[in-house]
Amino acid sequence: MKKNSKLQQILAMAGAGVLMMGCLSACGGDADNAGSIGAAGSGNTSAESHIEDTDLSGTIQIVGSTSMEKLSNALREVFMEKYPDLTINAEFVGSGAGIEAVNNGTADIGNSSRNLKDEEKAAGAVENIVAIDGIAVCVDPSNTVDGLERQQLIDIYTGKITNWSEVGGADAPIVVVGREAGSGTRGAFEELLEIEELCVYANELDSTGAVMAKVAATPGAIGYVSLDALDESVIALKLDGVEATAENIKSDVYFLARPFVMATKGEISEQNELVQTWFDFVYSAEGQDVAAQVGLITVE
Amino acid sequence: MKNCARRGSRDWVENIAQVIFMVCAFIAVVAVASITIYMVVSGMPAIFEVGLGEILFSSTWAPAAADPQYGILYVVLTSIVGTVLAILIGVPVGVLTAIFLAEVAPAKLVVFVKPAVELLAGIPSVVYGLLGIYLLNPLMYKLELAIFEGSVTHQFTGGANLLSAVLVLAIMILPTVINISETALRAVTPSIKAASLALGATQIQTIFKVVLPAAKSGVVTAIVLGVGRAIGEAMAITLVSGSSVNVPFPFNSVRFLTTAIVSEMGYAEGLHRQVLFSIGLILFLFIMAINVGLGRLLKGGNKHE
Repeated sequence: MKKNSKLQQILAMAGAGVLMMGCLSACGGDADNAGSIGAAGSGNTSAESHIEDTDLSGTIQIVGSTSMEKLSNALREVFMEKYPDLTINAEFVGSGAGIEAVNNGTADIGNSSRNLKDEEKAAGAVENIVAIDGIAVCVDPSNTVDGLERQQLIDIYTGKITNWSEVGGADAPIVVVGREAGSGTRGAFEELLEIEELCVYANELDSTGAVMAKVAATPGAIGYVSLDALDESVIALKLDGVEATAENIKSDVYFLARPFVMATKGEISEQNELVQTWFDFVYSAEGQDVAAQVGLITVE
Repeated sequence: MKNCARRGSRDWVENIAQVIFMVCAFIAVVAVASITIYMVVSGMPAIFEVGLGEILFSSTWAPAAADPQYGILYVVLTSIVGTVLAILIGVPVGVLTAIFLAEVAPAKLVVFVKPAVELLAGIPSVVYGLLGIYLLNPLMYKLELAIFEGSVTHQFTGGANLLSAVLVLAIMILPTVINISETALRAVTPSIKAASLALGATQIQTIFKVVLPAAKSGVVTAIVLGVGRAIGEAMAITLVSGSSVNVPFPFNSVRFLTTAIVSEMGYAEGLHRQVLFSIGLILFLFIMAINVGLGRLLKGGNKHE
């Protein structure tokens, strides 16, 4: 009997170990996924890219928006493959700090996930939009509501409006679906509506695909996803009467979008050769490919 | 001479085999030890920085806010409540199934039920989750709509709630509970069963008064492993529980310790990421405590054996 119980204890311990390993590997897997978005981008393009034959060497300092981390790192990876002698240092401390760093000369490029303010432009910063981040608000296909005003959207996500009948739809409760804390899409959505940390989510899902699946399968659900992830399984709502399309976002009439700016002090043509090479790359087909791969709308 | 050589080579084989056994046994020990060390090393910094009390007893989880809050009180409660409920449903069903298989069922039926149970154990957890999303959640949403019709205070979750997660967990622990309990029940010496029947006890009396107590140790192990599986499961319940941090009421969207780690590890940075490791450490300690403590507690009565 005693021997038996000892065996069980060992069994139980081993069981615990296996459980923890499972959990760890799941976490590790997730972390890898996050890190490999940039790598996936570079993997696809590096087939065609080759090491450029230049004698350029040196360092480019990029400082700014945390939202642009994914884009910057993906671009940097592909760029540094092409120009092995160039080093890109990127810090992600916030849009305001990035533009300030450019204006006081401590950085070559300032990342900003919003348009530059007039006083920032007056201090010398030039707004170079490299990509646009667009978010679509979607509902399940049976929903009769086809559009929302900005204030209605805010009220739904902060829990003030809880029934579709309050916004002209059927008498059905609203199931508020969103992303997990730390997600770039959630950050952008809440920032653009100025409801950071005020949202009352009924579902916090950890991927765009999960949001789409949940919204498609749940009558009365509302969710937000990157514009490029939209498909026929859900209906994208008009916001303030404007449809969520890349064209409308580019012409600046759709409000749930923000520009990704790489600001420079003075025009790009006034920058040193290194920075000009960087922007040549960012605006090239290859660079815009990288932007598209991280889910952004490209600029022509 | 020949004989002697053969004995020598046999010794040699014996020794090699012994070394191989040692190494294999060592792998598990090394794995557990290194995981423990890793969890402590990566989980402790955030506990010191945020404070254990703040993490365990504050209910606000807002890791990405300008003024971040890392309270996981509701998350811990959810894991406890969810696991307890899953055990309350899963263990009786599991143990009764085991009794049925070991004692009651005709051999022909066992041939049919046993593979079904074994198959249940082989289904990947993500499949349970998917079934949960497409079958359980819509049903649960209908129930939710019926119960909370006209309620203005209830937040509708589309069926992704604690109850869904509990049902999925209860089903997931069934094979563990059934298989181990059944083995324990079958191992009970037939003579005591025969003695009980000979004394005039009915079959049901024999099962509950004689066989089950005799198999207690094995059944307890089954429960402990079931609890471990329930508290450590992430993939299936992350899909059906809604994953918002809320008080664990049946129809609330809830987040478990495991899903808290899985859902935010992708983009978490800095202190937020470290806190997720701390949650992992807390979960680890939970599972350790359950394995050591629960087994001892439940078996407490028969220490003298």
